[in-house]
Amino acid sequence: MMAAAKMKVLFVCVCFLAQSLAQNLELPRLPYEYDGLEPHVDEETMRVHHLGHHAAYLATVNNVLSMLRSNETTKPLAKMGIDKLLQNLDQVPTEHVTPLRNGGGGFVNHFLFWKCMSPNGTRFEMDDVFGKAVTAQFGSIQALLQEFREKATKLFGSGWTWLVLEHSTKRLYITTTPNQDTPAMQVGHIPILGLDLWEHAYYLKHQNKRAEYISSFFNVIDWKATAARYEEALKQPKTEL
Amino acid sequence: MFRQGNKLSTSISRLSTLASRAAGVRAKSTLPSLPYDFGALEPVVNSEIMTLHHGKHHATYVNNLNAALEKMSDAMAKQDYATMIALQGAIQFNGGGHLNHSIFWQNLCPVKDVVAPSEANPELAKAIEGQWGSLDNFKTEFNTKTAAIQGSGWGWLGYNKQSKKLEIATCANQDPLVMKGLVPLLGIDVWEHAYYLQYKNARPEYLKQIWQVVNWKDVAARYEAAKKA
Repeated sequence: MMAAAKMKVLFVCVCFLAQSLAQNLELPRLPYEYDGLEPHVDEETMRVHHLGHHAAYLATVNNVLSMLRSNETTKPLAKMGIDKLLQNLDQVPTEHVTPLRNGGGGFVNHFLFWKCMSPNGTRFEMDDVFGKAVTAQFGSIQALLQEFREKATKLFGSGWTWLVLEHSTKRLYITTTPNQDTPAMQVGHIPILGLDLWEHAYYLKHQNKRAEYISSFFNVIDWKATAARYEEALKQPKTEL
Repeated sequence: MFRQGNKLSTSISRLSTLASRAAGVRAKSTLPSLPYDFGALEPVVNSEIMTLHHGKHHATYVNNLNAALEKMSDAMAKQDYATMIALQGAIQFNGGGHLNHSIFWQNLCPVKDVVAPSEANPELAKAIEGQWGSLDNFKTEFNTKTAAIQGSGWGWLGYNKQSKKLEIATCANQDPLVMKGLVPLLGIDVWEHAYYLQYKNARPEYLKQIWQVVNWKDVAARYEAAKKA
């Protein structure tokens, strides 16, 4: 009887531990080696960007989630999941908003960003569902990239440039967000492609030459994954996580 | 009679356009020289950073500011309010960038030229101690607040003319400290371009080291001027 009770306690403890570990977000692996995007994006940047910056956002957001979980009133917020939390920051206690917005946003943005790129990029297909939408809404992929480049160039300070799908209208649009904000903070707006324009994303290789960095990014865009993400987004107004 | 009246009013309106255009023409902003060599702040801020920071980043703010002011001048002459309003962002970014960096280069000096606040200006040192208990406490609070800036921005020691007190403040992007109603005394740039090549993502380490090259003589001079103004 004693042994059974002990086993029960042990079982509960293990479950509890597993649950709290499972509740912590994890750093996703890159879909390629750190030097996989050379010569377009340098290995050193990928290492610092992933293991330094992305990991720091992860630590911040896990810390906030842990604090939210530890309080009975804020526990339901933690259970919402990071995507939904970013859409409901007005429900979050003031002291947690900034770390959540920056850490949580930073976490999800980089989670998507790594998947936007692949070694030497993949081909954009005019004839698939995404390709046809691009042609219909922008005229051509060149026109889309031109607008993307213009907005990426004009952005002042830290932030991102995005290709976004607005789910209800099926409209694709290009926008920029400051710091670690994401278009996904608005319900139904799903980022399809994103470019990190914080200086840490390009300074080691390009220094102040943002235009060169944008060109390098264009060389590694994984259009195949982007098209798949678009098709998935058409089906359901849900984001990455 | 009617035709002559028309000719006159056209001439008057032409003259006033020329006059307002002349009034709107401003002297161009120029990139100030660094008070020291690019390598003078080693090992705290390396020569590569200083070369880029001054010669590229600050220079770009100056060029973009001049371009925006020219457009503003034209818009003012035409009383084109829509354009004037649309230009305000560019003037804030680039004008702020020019102001901030112009102060920054003066706020720093080679390690060998640094003196303690108490030597630079005993009143300033006393004011810091009075406010924060000690110079170290002040630096700790300054660094904590500045490291916490989300994205790009500046940490500042400013002077509040109303309360006659020193304050630590932070600003986003290139917003000048005047937007917070304070007189800038000491600013530390925490845009990533200010430290990335040397410190990478270790912003707190950069902030720990930068104090070795803070020119308290310059900070004190600004303090004296702010108190008198």
